[in-house]
Amino acid sequence: MRLGAAPLTLRVVLVLPVLAGLGLTLKQGAGSLAALLAWPGLLRACLLSLGPGLVATLISTLLVGLILGGRPRALAPLQRLLAPLLALPHAAAALGLAFLISPSGWIVRALSPWATGWHDPPDLLTLNDPWGLALTLGLVLKETPFLLLMALAALSRPMAQRQMVAATLGYGRVTSFALVVWPGVYPQLRLPVLAVLAYAMTNVDMALILGPSLPHPLSVQISLWMTDPSLTQQSLAASASLLQLALVGLALIMWRGAELAGSALLSTLSHTGIRATGLDRALQPVASLAALILMLLPVLGLASLAVWSVAGLWQFPDALPASLTLTVWSRAAPDLWAASALSLGLAVTVTAVALTLTIAALYAETPRHPPKALQTLIFIPLIVPQIAILPGIAQALITLPLPPLAAVALGHLIFVLPYVVLGLAGPFRAWNLRMAEVAATLGAGPWRILLTLRLPMLAPALAATAALGIAVSIGQYLPTLLLGGGRITTLTTEAVALASGANRRILGAYGLTQAFWPALAFLFAQRARR
Amino acid sequence: MNRREFGGLAVAGAALWAGRGMAGDWSALVARAKGQEVFFHAWGGDPKINDFIAWVGQQAMDQYGVKLTHVKLAATSDAVARVQAEQAAGKTTGGAVDLIWINGENFAAMKKAAMLFGPFAESLPNWALVDVAGKPATVNDFTEATLGLESPWAMAQLVFEHDSAKLPAPPRSIVALADWAKANPGRFTYPQPPDYLGLTFLKQALYALLPDPTVLQAPAAEGYDAAVTPLWPYLDALHPNLWRQAKAFPANEPALGQLLADGEVMISFAFNPGRASAEIAAGNLANTVRTFVLDGGTIGNASYVAIPFDASAPEGAQVLANLLLDPEVQARAQDADVLGFQTVLNMAALTDADRARFDAIKRGPATLSPSDLGPTLLEPHASWMTRIGDDWVKRYGVAP
Repeated sequence: MRLGAAPLTLRVVLVLPVLAGLGLTLKQGAGSLAALLAWPGLLRACLLSLGPGLVATLISTLLVGLILGGRPRALAPLQRLLAPLLALPHAAAALGLAFLISPSGWIVRALSPWATGWHDPPDLLTLNDPWGLALTLGLVLKETPFLLLMALAALSRPMAQRQMVAATLGYGRVTSFALVVWPGVYPQLRLPVLAVLAYAMTNVDMALILGPSLPHPLSVQISLWMTDPSLTQQSLAASASLLQLALVGLALIMWRGAELAGSALLSTLSHTGIRATGLDRALQPVASLAALILMLLPVLGLASLAVWSVAGLWQFPDALPASLTLTVWSRAAPDLWAASALSLGLAVTVTAVALTLTIAALYAETPRHPPKALQTLIFIPLIVPQIAILPGIAQALITLPLPPLAAVALGHLIFVLPYVVLGLAGPFRAWNLRMAEVAATLGAGPWRILLTLRLPMLAPALAATAALGIAVSIGQYLPTLLLGGGRITTLTTEAVALASGANRRILGAYGLTQAFWPALAFLFAQRARR
Repeated sequence: MNRREFGGLAVAGAALWAGRGMAGDWSALVARAKGQEVFFHAWGGDPKINDFIAWVGQQAMDQYGVKLTHVKLAATSDAVARVQAEQAAGKTTGGAVDLIWINGENFAAMKKAAMLFGPFAESLPNWALVDVAGKPATVNDFTEATLGLESPWAMAQLVFEHDSAKLPAPPRSIVALADWAKANPGRFTYPQPPDYLGLTFLKQALYALLPDPTVLQAPAAEGYDAAVTPLWPYLDALHPNLWRQAKAFPANEPALGQLLADGEVMISFAFNPGRASAEIAAGNLANTVRTFVLDGGTIGNASYVAIPFDASAPEGAQVLANLLLDPEVQARAQDADVLGFQTVLNMAALTDADRARFDAIKRGPATLSPSDLGPTLLEPHASWMTRIGDDWVKRYGVAP
């Protein structure tokens, strides 16, 4: 095998389907721009994409800084919980949160009627609020663990040493983190942050469950137009997808502005020589509280799904179900097994291919292929809304004699690859090449160096990346549905179909199973790290 | 091979072939269907329905050697879009969809775009048992003539649900409902249009508010704006008294049902007279929940199955469409512990043994008897639904 071909293959897999899909969207959507602009909900829908997206990303990024800088005691349990938190599928996380914070939800039930006096749920707008606050909260809870994992991977020993030096100069812990560690960590965190920004603006499942509906955020509206029964709104959906793409572009520019402002602020601060040791004590409880909420809400949400999955009749204001039953689990068990086997098989295969391609491409990197090009390319499937490109890809694939499972695997590969590159590129490039020189002088060939020296040394990063790839693949909904023609039944297609029925019991069973397999993969990865 | 040849033949000469519908043709078709796998695309949001479809699949395997694979959809239009994509790509055989659970707008769209196989429904052996005269909705899908392009399998009617322990005497008309909401703010709502159940509520309101509701049977034409005028002041007055002051709406029928189960609303409604009983049997609703209908009747329609023009297993799909009309299957669907769906069959056309199956069915504590269900109002022409949906979104759907 010629490794020189690897970067090209990677690029083709990443870019060709996206371009094909985008081309079709352009063709379909160009004619409907006027109709889109005439839609009265457009401005609000755009603001509901930009607002919660930007705010949730900002809060998540600041929380990562706060938690890493404040180093609260809760960091250790939070770190252990990162795997299951990351593995929790978005729809399940959103449903769990929705049940917690709704006026008839678990928190109010636990306090009623003894503390609140409520025998019927109050008529309060805690969910689907017009400002998107519940949606923003859900996004922060789901995205902060991802950023935290990426940041922890970027934190290295030299950074800790820098902070120690600053401490000996009399800087407080928070100040030294902000002034000397963060500027080193953030550049490595940047791509994940931008991916989170794009995801927060374009996701459909969380926005549908937690977000406002008068109007919906633009991404949800696109998918509603896409599936309108009259089949006349597809071109409107296509032109709205192009607008969504432009909005993501605008948000990226705004984010760049915020980055510049932030770095100017930090540099001004560092010139003042301010030590701010008092900040440590003030921020410590805030960091602890943030870490606690980040753990508690998703865990409680997941626990509520677990309780629902075995609940008999469970009426307001009972804090727990009146009776327990295993009916849901025993009836769903055969389907859960079948869907689990297919989901896992697909995820492991796709992740293995993605890892192989990525390692080959990274290995073949030379100054002629500046890494920057790869970084930009892998980003495309992350920022282009899936709904904008998948119908086009599906239409292109229908004409090929491809079995549905292969088409779905190809679709998953497009969206798993960016995360695999994201997870592996940093550690792979950071590996000290002088080791290879030493090995080569001892007579080892390039293959032997790669397989017996470099990859084993990168085993923790490889394991973590593989787990991430598996989690991403298991979570794919639209590619599985559209490219498989509905014939490929995974845990996620089942769960999303069930989510349309709002049946918390069966959704609880699927949500837990859906979270279980990636969580297992992350646990294995953490083991490999030790 | 055989299957593909047949598919081509069917597209070319379907009308001729289906018109004959002889017994010999049917047994030959059953023989060809044996061993086929039928991909049945049907909404997968309700475990009760999923279990029922799995049971039908078991019958199909045991009786005909046909394998049913349920493709669980979040929305029927996902399957329609798939067939549309195949049509756009020039496919005529080997499609991904063999059978779709369908009605209303989705059927109208597929019929208009010639995406359907058939006519086949009226040549199914069990077609003779269908109550076409007593249930005109079995051949009229939202006023769209089915022409044998889809086969009915369940009747639905709008019924309202309430917890009799909390609300013993619910309001029984559209106007009384608004008065009740005023006295009990925040305890009633409807799914957000263009969800079909939300639109059904608006259509039910039109029946009550229009001086002459018969105009609803014709396409919504020039007189539309004047005709629907009474609807908007009614909603303007109702909305401040709705759940969350109409600043949020439930997404669909299951979400509305969940609000009733959580005690957030005191009156909800569903397009299935047996839903409440089935939910009580499943332990999801209090056993004090009861159903009621409005004075003057409520809207009713039928659920159908249709076969796409490029289906891979059209024979197996027809065997399933026929099986769904089997009295044993229909009686099981009507059982409150299973689905609580109303049958499409004519009791007078059944054998004594089959009639006895229906007589033995438990109706469930919350289900009204056929006479208490009252008159069924016909679905308005589909164009009303589309235009009312558009207008609702313009008025209420783009700002809280």
